[in-house]
Amino acid sequence: MLELCGARFSSRMLLGTAGYSSPDVLRQAVEISGAEIVTVSLRRESARARTGQGFWALIEQLGRRVLPNTAGCHTAKEAIATAEMARELFGTNWIKLEVIANDDTLQPELFGLVEAATVLCAEGFDVLPYTTEDLSAAERLIGAGCSVLMPWAAPIGSARGLINKPALQTLRAYFPDTPLIVDAGIGTPSHAAEAMEMGYDAVLLNTAIAKAGDPVKMAEGFAKAIEAGRLAYEAGLLEPRDMAFPSTPVAGTPFFKIDHAS
Amino acid sequence: MQILLNGERFATDAHNLDELCVGLGFAQAKVATAVNGSFVAAAARQATHLTEADEVEIVAPRQGG
Repeated sequence: MLELCGARFSSRMLLGTAGYSSPDVLRQAVEISGAEIVTVSLRRESARARTGQGFWALIEQLGRRVLPNTAGCHTAKEAIATAEMARELFGTNWIKLEVIANDDTLQPELFGLVEAATVLCAEGFDVLPYTTEDLSAAERLIGAGCSVLMPWAAPIGSARGLINKPALQTLRAYFPDTPLIVDAGIGTPSHAAEAMEMGYDAVLLNTAIAKAGDPVKMAEGFAKAIEAGRLAYEAGLLEPRDMAFPSTPVAGTPFFKIDHAS
Repeated sequence: MQILLNGERFATDAHNLDELCVGLGFAQAKVATAVNGSFVAAAARQATHLTEADEVEIVAPRQGG
């Protein structure tokens, strides 16, 4: 079971709700993925279009726990105000905290992230910070009161997979008891499986599923990959070695002769 | 009075944030608000007076990653 901020989940996938071709495709993808947590955002509401009201009806139908984000915020002040609005709007203390440094890379702005996390944790939020693999930032976030860390695999939407695997492994080793979720940059089910094999607790996905040729089928593929990766981690992986090692017993091999020449 | 509503200039006679929200048809809507960069809880909208050039944000749930 995955335990986050005092709640337990059987699925280890968190699924974003953006970019699907239709509400029905989103609904089917969520259902087949088994995801019990879906991410959402808040945006300016037009008095004429009232877009958000219809979307909220869909989210309520899904019946999943919502994890609102602060996507698009560039300062701690913006992120704090957005989190406070999200708490009232969605009725949850959970916040996926994003403070973005750069619109091209969408990389976390770590100084603002720590500043906002400190304020929000003190206000009683359960802060799930979107961060990098940086160890000192991770320590500061935990010091601020975060009980979960969500390092990126690669820039949001880039589909490049785990571009700094050794650093992610170090983070895992350094924080053995902190739930770690790979958030952003996953492109394929094998990337997700790789993160899970490394002992990461969960994976947060959006674009790789929403923009797939068949998002529903891809959601199923990711669900299986995440489960497979977790099972492999729990089972214990074979250490790679430099030389071959026969899997078939050597003893009793027919025609076997000791090679005295070597 | 001119305010900035969701980033656009907007003329209103609303005295407070609650009046503005009701006037826009958001009385029963699922929205959250901020004025001049700070969150304003639903319960505090009536006591939040609006003045010229205030920057008001009214937001609602939306898709997100």
